[in-house]
Amino acid sequence: MITQATATPGAAPQRVPLVELRNIQVAFGGVRAVAGVTIDLYAGEVVGVVGGNGAGKTTLMRTLSGARPPDSGQILVNGQPVTIGNPRDAKALGIETIYQTLALADNLDAPANVFLGRELEAATTLDDAAMESATRKVIGRLNPNFKNFKTPVLRLSGGQRQAVAIARAIHFNARVLIMDEPTAALGPAETAQVHSLIRQLKSEGIGIFLVSHDIHDVFDLSERISVMYHGRLVETVNKNDVTTDEVLGMIILGKPPTKLTRQELAELHG
Amino acid sequence: MGATVPGQVTTEGQPAPPIRSGVDTLRSALAPVTGVLRSLEVDTRLFGMVAALALIWIGFNILSGGTFLTSRNLWNLSVQSASIAIMATGMVLVIVSRNIDLSVGSMLGFLGYTMAMVQGVWIPQTLGLGLEQPYTWILTLLVGIVLGAAIGGLQGFVVAYGGVPSFIVTLGGLLIWRGLIFRYAQGQTIAPLDTTFQMLGGGTVGTRVGALGEWPSWTLGLVLCIAIVYAQITSRRRKGRYGFPVRPMWAEVLVGAAACGAVLGTIWVANSYPLPPNVAAQYAQEHGIPVPPGGLFIPTGVAFPVVIMLIVTLVVTFLATRRRFGRYVYAIGGNPDAAALAGINVRRTIMLTFALIGSLAAVSAAVQTARLNAAVTSLGVQNELDVISAAVIGGTSFAGGIGTVPGAILGAVVMQSLRSGMVLLLVDSPTQDIVVGLVLVAAVGLDAVVRRRVS
Repeated sequence: MITQATATPGAAPQRVPLVELRNIQVAFGGVRAVAGVTIDLYAGEVVGVVGGNGAGKTTLMRTLSGARPPDSGQILVNGQPVTIGNPRDAKALGIETIYQTLALADNLDAPANVFLGRELEAATTLDDAAMESATRKVIGRLNPNFKNFKTPVLRLSGGQRQAVAIARAIHFNARVLIMDEPTAALGPAETAQVHSLIRQLKSEGIGIFLVSHDIHDVFDLSERISVMYHGRLVETVNKNDVTTDEVLGMIILGKPPTKLTRQELAELHG
Repeated sequence: MGATVPGQVTTEGQPAPPIRSGVDTLRSALAPVTGVLRSLEVDTRLFGMVAALALIWIGFNILSGGTFLTSRNLWNLSVQSASIAIMATGMVLVIVSRNIDLSVGSMLGFLGYTMAMVQGVWIPQTLGLGLEQPYTWILTLLVGIVLGAAIGGLQGFVVAYGGVPSFIVTLGGLLIWRGLIFRYAQGQTIAPLDTTFQMLGGGTVGTRVGALGEWPSWTLGLVLCIAIVYAQITSRRRKGRYGFPVRPMWAEVLVGAAACGAVLGTIWVANSYPLPPNVAAQYAQEHGIPVPPGGLFIPTGVAFPVVIMLIVTLVVTFLATRRRFGRYVYAIGGNPDAAALAGINVRRTIMLTFALIGSLAAVSAAVQTARLNAAVTSLGVQNELDVISAAVIGGTSFAGGIGTVPGAILGAVVMQSLRSGMVLLLVDSPTQDIVVGLVLVAAVGLDAVVRRRVS
């Protein structure tokens, strides 16, 4: 399965992946949400993780972000096996997550959310001024019009809340970024902003797992696409080797493109 | 909203116009005030509560023919508010993190009883050290605080790690701790207490008074004023270092002057309350001071329960606003999942809030037993309701994530003002309960309406 790595465009064949998830399994009660999935991610690469509802994309990503440790399987960072038992472990390894729900404390302001769990301190007390200053810098990079640094994020617009969640992920020099439906709640202008941000982060050598329902987003942004179906990995394909219809077929029918018949593809549009 | 006024047709689908326009009128009338408040950077809610309290005080003063706003009544009011206010500071953090503690009254009774045993039986008899030792009071208090933190923390452990809802755990605690008092005390009252310990209640023993006295009170006021100004200066410096906007100078001076004025005014009231004539006479006799005709005027000063409340307020406010612990409590209240995903140890934080309120119940227990000079089995009965009411009237939201310590202190004072005022007006106890109950519901209802309008 590691042979997939050789297919990475632009990456030298011998390079070690930034992150490898090997044979990951997660079960909720008797339900196997993720049943032995293996995927990897290289520096400066975007891997789209797609699939229908309940395919296990988010659960798989949660094992990497520490929100739900896997029942079995192995996680490697830079080729070294690591244990990610909680979100703290993931962050210590430079793995940051932007959750679909954004995971913001609505009653706190932007700086408090950006630094939540990693507060700056002066002596033993919170250094709110330093945190606000840093937050102004990082959010200014994402959205120059952002002004409300003192109001609870509850009162911010969807795009501004998204900016806070993204700022939290990129401020701490992430090497791996997990973005779960980053544009689902955004308008066209804000979506474009997120796209240019993803390209910029990629050029800085950050590896990004992009979880999305939107095939076009994924085709726009990623190098490789991993398709999941009922907790299994259907296949990881090179974007340039497939059409959107083929990926759609993989998502809906759970079969790799080589096994998709012409008739099945035609019926997708039926 | 459901009230039908003759001549006015209410139909479904038409959202109650009278209230909306009423709120709008109120808002537009207050617009200049809120504008000034914004440049003062004063919490509008807190300001509203102070205004409400002022109205209550003035109203009672008029109705009682001028007996409410006397130094004597205000001094007593401050002492009566203290023990509820002390626990309310901790209740804020418990409720902010989406929990509740119904057991504070029973914990208070249990801890008060235990502290009475420590100073009355265990130190003098079991350890054979004798009564009235200079260290008795502080040792007793420390034992109480540690035990309070332990039993509060135990309840918090069951809530946080056991996954049992706090309502159930502390409802159990309410029964258990009260039951344990009867087990051990067998209905007996433990009295008298150590005379130094009694000072914590603000009462008098001979010529010893549980208050600071005149000059220490003024000194306390001065220290607080210096602290206020110092805090303002450091805050300005910090903001200036990052180029953030600071208050205009006039606003800064006004806020500082108002805060210092409130502090010094309180001290002045406390110092205007003289010691009772017999205590003053005895004091004069002991110190060879000639008693002038018309009696000797010796200022009482700030009562020790109020000093204790002040210290507790400062400590808990510091924890809530300047430390990670407090930040995490508010984050958990705002979004528990987000807090966990941010790597916060949610369980530990929740357990600590319960340990904190347990230790505060011990402090209140010390104040109440000291004031009574006895530990009785009914100590702290229904205190949980007063404490929760104080926090809620003070703006703490049951939805979690919202509430302030100074608000809860004000809430406790508002509640006690209502009770004390009604006592002056000879209102009977059941009617007092009805009024306080109505005010509680009305305060939260009004808050909900205003909050909906704002957001």
